[in-house]
Amino acid sequence: MSTETALSTAAPKEGGFYRALVIKRQLILAALTLALALSLCFDLALGPARYGLGQVITALLTPDVVSEPVRVILWEIRMPVALMALVVGASLSIAGAQMQTILSNPLASPFTLGISAGASFGAALALAFGVSLVPTAVDYIIPINAFVMAMLTAGAIHLLSMRRGVTIETIVLLGIAMVFIFNSLMALIQFFASQQAVSAVVFWTMGSLTKATWSKLWIALGVLAVILPLLARHGWALTAMRMGDAKAESLGVNPRALRLEVLVLVSLLAAISVAFVGTIGFIGLVGPHIARMLLGEDQRFFLPGSALCGALILSVGSVLSKIILPGTIIPIGIITSLVGIPFFLFLVLRHKKASW
Amino acid sequence: MVTLTLEHLSAHYGRRQILSEITTPTFAGGQIVSLLGPNAAGKSTLFRRILGLLKGGGEVRIEGATSERPVAYMPQETGSTAVLTVYESVLLARMQGRSLKVQPEDLREVDRALEDLGIETLSKRDIGDLSGGQRQLVSAAQALVQAPEILLLDEPTSALDLHRQISLLSILRRLAREREMLVIASLHDIGHALRFTDQAMVLENGQLVACGTTEQVVTPTLLRHVFQVDARIEPCSMGRPQLIVEAAV
Repeated sequence: MSTETALSTAAPKEGGFYRALVIKRQLILAALTLALALSLCFDLALGPARYGLGQVITALLTPDVVSEPVRVILWEIRMPVALMALVVGASLSIAGAQMQTILSNPLASPFTLGISAGASFGAALALAFGVSLVPTAVDYIIPINAFVMAMLTAGAIHLLSMRRGVTIETIVLLGIAMVFIFNSLMALIQFFASQQAVSAVVFWTMGSLTKATWSKLWIALGVLAVILPLLARHGWALTAMRMGDAKAESLGVNPRALRLEVLVLVSLLAAISVAFVGTIGFIGLVGPHIARMLLGEDQRFFLPGSALCGALILSVGSVLSKIILPGTIIPIGIITSLVGIPFFLFLVLRHKKASW
Repeated sequence: MVTLTLEHLSAHYGRRQILSEITTPTFAGGQIVSLLGPNAAGKSTLFRRILGLLKGGGEVRIEGATSERPVAYMPQETGSTAVLTVYESVLLARMQGRSLKVQPEDLREVDRALEDLGIETLSKRDIGDLSGGQRQLVSAAQALVQAPEILLLDEPTSALDLHRQISLLSILRRLAREREMLVIASLHDIGHALRFTDQAMVLENGQLVACGTTEQVVTPTLLRHVFQVDARIEPCSMGRPQLIVEAAV
């Protein structure tokens, strides 16, 4: 008998299976997009003045037909907030997805690395003491401070991670150390600040979409539009990173260089988001996990899937924040954590296949 | 036909010299070469140095290659928690450095690599669900799918049962002949090296202590000095050389 035998029994060619898998994933992405569009319409319809979905769609497609007050409320007041939910949700989720990918850690997110905590500290400096880290217009002191601190945090992690012998576990530990440092500094600010300032800091850290304006939205959208293709072009390399550094390296990827580049890009995404809407937890952690359960980790599907899942979660959160207590908009950060985390746990426990 | 020659190759991690002055004769495509040596002899480092992942002195001379990336490398298997099917994990190995769009030809190459190793039935399985041996075969498929002219395999049989060890080495030898591919595999089983490989390189403490046809290189003296075992090599009933280990020295 020949020594060379098939290592397992033969089966028909599997290219067909892969093609079916791709179609299934494209359908999931389409379904997420549709759900997102629906959620956006609901988000626009809800508020002190309630509109029907038909009215909203008419106002969106033919703004000239609807009355001036309806047009102003939908386009000038609600639209930037509703769209900001999508952009920030997508940005935070992408940031979390890529941090989890490059650090091979399911807990990685803008929070784990201290980027959100840094942003909160920057904002708190402005809110409590009026400190501006860089000269800027009064309206933008808080987001600019938050952005500067978030990027300084990311920069510190970036510099430390370039040192010889620093492993991905060390990077995560550095991030956690940053979180504790900033939490202590926040406590210090609150200890010295006035009662009124403390309230402002606490409200900011809850995260709220009501801070959104068209100009802030364009900035956040612009950053997302620039960074998304930069990440997408590394699609195959990032997917390979999940096979481990040794495997990625054997396939021609430079894990160290890619990790640093992606860390900078996603830090920028997270910093912009947190600077404009405050610390909205959970999205950066959970958006990618849901996308992973639905679509796997091929970045060609995982990256847009993470963006869509994050956007959908925050958009639905925005809808819920308006309807849970009629007449009150609960800060979105509270909603995403309170409603989202039990939902996420339900998904994780119900999911039969390993998702990390 | 592709050829590989190592000339005065060295490598170091920080100040620690791992490889020094490795010089080999020219290995040609169509052959299977075993890289032998005790633990920490520098076998994986030599692969990484050939691949250019480590800097150092000397030269890796590859001639007659027709593709841009003629060398594929299968590192030692470490496992992964990635949520990918076997098919996707082999496809991503094929697609590195290529556009995001998968062409029918890429799928054909994936099908071929899986078929070559007889693991088509694993296609739909998640890689996280595989046994160590199955992961090792997938890893071999990831290297083969790159259509290499030189294939470097770091302990490709370490997690395989005996049947699969024999099958994999037979398949590699056949593919080397059919595709005029040069296969270099680090092996701990010297019996397998004797049976399946045309040539052997033996490393000890980062130095090449023997290189030539496997039958010439693997001798009782070498086994005693480098591997610290008392052993004999005798022809089996089919006339093939067979390793009989008596005892550790």
